[in-house]
Amino acid sequence: MPAILDAKGLCKSFGAVVAAAEVNAAIERDSVVGLIGTNGAGKTTFINMITGYLKPDAGAIHFEGRDITPLAPRDITRLGICRSFQIPQLYRSLTVLENMMVGLGVVMKNAGLGGYFSRRAPLVPGYGVPPQEAAARILERFGLSEYRDRNAQVLPGGVRKLLDIALAMVGKPRVLLLDEPTSGVSAEEKFGIMEMVMKGVKAEGATVLFVEHDMEIVARFADRVLAFYDGRIIADAPPQAALRDPEVRRYVVGIHAEG
Amino acid sequence: MRPDRTPLVLGAVLAALVAAGPFLPQWALFILTLAFSRGLVALGLMLLLRAGLVSFGQALYYCLGAYAAGALGRFYGVSDIFVEMLAGGAVAALAGLVLGFLLARYRGIFFGLLSLALSMILYGVIVKNEALGSTDGFNVAESSLFGWRPGEDWLRYAVMAAAAAVSLAAALLVHRYLGTPLGRLAPAIKDNEIRVEYMGASARQAVHVKYVIAAALAGVGGALAATTVGHIDPDMAYWTTSGEFIFVTILAGTGNVAAPFAGALIYGAIYSTAYDLSPNTWQLSLGAALLALIVFLPEGLSSLLRRHARHS
Repeated sequence: MPAILDAKGLCKSFGAVVAAAEVNAAIERDSVVGLIGTNGAGKTTFINMITGYLKPDAGAIHFEGRDITPLAPRDITRLGICRSFQIPQLYRSLTVLENMMVGLGVVMKNAGLGGYFSRRAPLVPGYGVPPQEAAARILERFGLSEYRDRNAQVLPGGVRKLLDIALAMVGKPRVLLLDEPTSGVSAEEKFGIMEMVMKGVKAEGATVLFVEHDMEIVARFADRVLAFYDGRIIADAPPQAALRDPEVRRYVVGIHAEG
Repeated sequence: MRPDRTPLVLGAVLAALVAAGPFLPQWALFILTLAFSRGLVALGLMLLLRAGLVSFGQALYYCLGAYAAGALGRFYGVSDIFVEMLAGGAVAALAGLVLGFLLARYRGIFFGLLSLALSMILYGVIVKNEALGSTDGFNVAESSLFGWRPGEDWLRYAVMAAAAAVSLAAALLVHRYLGTPLGRLAPAIKDNEIRVEYMGASARQAVHVKYVIAAALAGVGGALAATTVGHIDPDMAYWTTSGEFIFVTILAGTGNVAAPFAGALIYGAIYSTAYDLSPNTWQLSLGAALLALIVFLPEGLSSLLRRHARHS
């Protein structure tokens, strides 16, 4: 299968701290990749470089054959690489529905549909329905319908996470990067959230990279694991094999090899 | 969804004002016209405030608009009020477009103080410029409308009616703009610019557009003030003038395009009354009014409109 995303020789240092040392990873289309590693191992730096928030000191990132390394975050987003955040980034003074409407507005604007003078709301590209209906559809998919008129800042933690991911999905991304989608969520809610997200993503046909600390979640949802340690990828394998790898067990999972 | 009645109500109120105009005393027409002028400036500031930006220097564009209108009469003999307002708006918009490249990069206090600094530079330039009358400014010729020169009795009324028409057009355009994707982005920029960028929109571009619209509106307002008062001077660019506009904007709130005009009228009424009662301490009354406003009506007049809409 061809790689949709190809990172080659990525290096990034913050002063004396090396956050990425020659990171290479080719991500296949429609795969679900789990990024694991302790805090500071370089997972979020990797995501931040892909989304253009950080520029690598060396190396390049290709998306569908195109070099996206020099692009700004919004241009990378427009190409179809969207992300969620470890701490949900919401429009907190707006309701859940209004959050969606802002996102759909951007989709229309980027498609050249300002709707400045048309009396009827134009159809949202990729959805084929007016914005209100498109918003209802996404909220339904992420189980957010009952919260539609609530302000984003008063939502429970798990719902905030879902809204953040829903915002990342508004633009129908082809690559979705989820930074710790289940952090700060109670243990009972974790699987439910991941089930819902993965169902939504599968329906849209996006490639997923997710950062995760919970190895059960990784084992269940990922079909490939990249294990980070000290700015390097120390394992790149299907989850069962990666989680058995002695280096991964030692540096990531925190279990010392027996005997 | 509740039907949008703002255009209808605003249109009806302004039409009623124009109809009642011939029966109003001259001083009332003067106050009304100045309220339209300040309301136009505040309408632009409202756009910026929705995105979380407070310009302490909107007097820059107000003054530019006024001097553009004044210069038309002084150097080219043009006195048509619509041409003056058009020129005022165009000159201000052009200046806003250029300065916007700088200002759209800044937020919060930096945006505010930079805008204030720019307005004070204009103040300094005009004060040093003899051709523009230095600190004394100069008189602006009486307005005409499409070649018609209303006599002294009808001049104030004609200007007020023209102001009402232009204000209505501006308010409706801004109202329309607020419903577009770019207009909707304002509260999102205020809340979370990172998310805006990661949804594929440029916050800087959105702020720049709002800044140019606000500048144009302030320019039109300045031109209107110039022809209404009949005199312009560098104080129109002074920071206290910007302060007046912020007062009106805070008084109005950000919820409705009609509110800046209502706010400007109330401001004009408070100012005139306070000045009338005690010419030396009018600032005291104005300050007290602002204090009361912030305590009792923190979201401005538009929150009253909203509350009313909810009950009806």
